[in-house]
Amino acid sequence: MGNVLIIAQIQDGEVKKATNSTVTFASEVVSHIGGAYSILALGDDLSGQSEALAALGAQKVFLAQADGLDNAIAERWTPIIEKVVVDGAFQVVVSPASSTGKDVLPRLAARMGAGMASEVVEVVFSDGKLNYTRPMYAGNVNGTVIIDTPVEILTIRPTEFEAFSSTGASPVEKIDVPQAPEILGKIEFLGFEKAESTRPDLAEAGVVVSGGRGLKSEENFKLIEDLADLLGGAVGATRAAVDAGYIHNDFQVGQTGKIVAPDLYFAVGLSGALQHVAGMKSSKVIVAINKDEEAPIFQVSDYGVVADLFKALPELVEEIKKVAK
Amino acid sequence: MKILVTMKRVADPDNANKVKISGDGTQVTSEGLEWKPNPFDEYGVEAALRILEDGVGSGKLRGEVVVVTIGPEEVTQQIRQCLAMGADRGILVSGDDDKLDAMIVARTMAKLVEKEQPDLVIMGKQAVDGDSNQASQMLAEILGWPQATFAGHVEVPEDLSSATVTREVDGGAAKVKVAFPAVLSVDLRIVTPTGVNNNVAAGKDYQEGPRYASLRGIMKAKKKPIDKLTLDDLGVDRTLQVRTVSFTQPAARSAGVILETVQELVQKLQDEAKVL
Ligand SMILES: Cc1cc2nc3c(=O)[nH]c(=O)nc-3n(C[C@H](O)[C@H](O)[C@H](O)COP(=O)(O)OP(=O)(O)OC[C@H]3O[C@@H](n4cnc5c(N)ncnc54)[C@H](O)[C@@H]3O)c2cc1C
Ligand SMILES: Nc1ncnc2c1ncn2[C@@H]1O[C@H](COP(=O)(O)O)[C@@H](O)[C@H]1O
Repeated sequence: MGNVLIIAQIQDGEVKKATNSTVTFASEVVSHIGGAYSILALGDDLSGQSEALAALGAQKVFLAQADGLDNAIAERWTPIIEKVVVDGAFQVVVSPASSTGKDVLPRLAARMGAGMASEVVEVVFSDGKLNYTRPMYAGNVNGTVIIDTPVEILTIRPTEFEAFSSTGASPVEKIDVPQAPEILGKIEFLGFEKAESTRPDLAEAGVVVSGGRGLKSEENFKLIEDLADLLGGAVGATRAAVDAGYIHNDFQVGQTGKIVAPDLYFAVGLSGALQHVAGMKSSKVIVAINKDEEAPIFQVSDYGVVADLFKALPELVEEIKKVAK
Repeated sequence: MKILVTMKRVADPDNANKVKISGDGTQVTSEGLEWKPNPFDEYGVEAALRILEDGVGSGKLRGEVVVVTIGPEEVTQQIRQCLAMGADRGILVSGDDDKLDAMIVARTMAKLVEKEQPDLVIMGKQAVDGDSNQASQMLAEILGWPQATFAGHVEVPEDLSSATVTREVDGGAAKVKVAFPAVLSVDLRIVTPTGVNNNVAAGKDYQEGPRYASLRGIMKAKKKPIDKLTLDDLGVDRTLQVRTVSFTQPAARSAGVILETVQELVQKLQDEAKVL
């Protein structure tokens, strides 16, 4: 029998949908190894999130609250998570593959001498062991991984698991937060600069409109935003568009950026480099607009239009407005 | 000041869709593909050089840059590439990719840190073959050093005692200051023209991307020392904690239809895909 501990993802005071996807993953693990799943959230003051966390069907919700925890400093979070894992005899620790999950969990793994698998997309049970599938080589190979340590540490790719919908109310326990370790004297949090956006979160949006180098300027990128806004969608970009300064790097989709899987993905003025495709190929419907009919993006698109985007995008906006009426 | 930069060789990342899986599904082969330094590690070398240079592109360093790798003998070639960029020397620890996991890598690096006593270790945020993104965080914990991962911008004071790091994180950028010794992992934006500010070479910008080796750099690199060690020399515990037992090909997407007009597209999205 085992128990699973989920590290909740909270951003801007909100329990992110990625947490619900992690719950789905955890329930699958529990169905294989028995036990139950619990949730741990860390932050300065979690009173506003407590109810949402308690609705996730967990055996228990642990809240670790102390000044500075919102900053998610790995050196601060690690011993706190370790204590909960040890005290609760958890066998599997899992978080969404958010930037915080990626930053903190490997540090926790080293601290606990535990093996870790990143960005898990599937779990099966075979010969008494959990087998995790994870993409490698920019999603061109899937590896099946077995972890041989008593505690197994994971990040999962939220886009690959349905979001668990909330039920019930779990007991909530406020834990005693261990004192800040000495190493905190060596790292100082100076601030957070938010990438301002009025649009839905890229990782959660049902529609994503991404632009590439073909947009040619920051001003032109507005064409991408117009289409996104019309559809209530999020805006994405390629590395080339980010590096050229058209848009903030928080919106980069790809192997080394955000992984998205909306119902509808528009790839506009981008070639479809494999590093980009790695971040969007799980989208349900992919539309490509590119003036080059040879562009690799057409190989992964459901619908392609070979056209000049400066003509096609405004037309598309007009057409969609017509049918929306 | 001494900076250790870790470097893994990877099969040409721009052709990652050409790697093959062996018939029995136990191995990935990249035959026919060129080996390259993991791009993030090349960015790490560039960052180290920019931190230590006394002027933009001066080549004169206020310290030493040591490139370390775990891999087969042939990785000397990728080490030489980094030395040609301007790093001072290399260390090659012999090892096979399929007998390593992130923890063995981190433990090995910890032993090298003990031996070399660097002030700073710079690593890539992820090796783009395994896409794990683990080793730097693990090393920092083993050493008991602070970590600043996903660094898109680094500023160091003239006395090289610390780094103020802008980290690329979900929702924006987090700024932290770490006292040396520390572990950094670098992200894509570190190689933008203003990715590193060392407060000495300030005022002039670098070119976009990691520098190309000059002919002179390549010649000089041939004479730079590369130490060769084994995991046993370093006394590293080689027990794998994480085993990749098989590989499979993910389901490929197939190409759909090319439409003539935007009107047609809207009609398909509405009637066929039902997403509008
Ligand atoms: C280590 C590393 C990590 C990377 N990670 C990522 C990542 O996470 N995400 C990512 O996106 N990239 C990533 N890249 C970069 C990737 O390799 C490509 O360079 C990048 O995706 C290309 O961006 P692009 O398609 O916008 O530009 P290009 O490849 O230059 O394509 C531009 C496209 O626009 C089309 N176009 C031009 N003008 C018009 C017009 N008027 N109308 C219609 N079409 C037009 C062109 O035909 C062309 O196909 C990474 C690279 C490295 C080395
Ligand atoms: N075999 C290796 N030799 C040298 N450095 C490595 C090796 N494997 C991983 N690294 C370093 O660790 C970073 C993160 O790798 P990973 O955790 O495997 O994604 C890489 O960018 C490298 O800097």
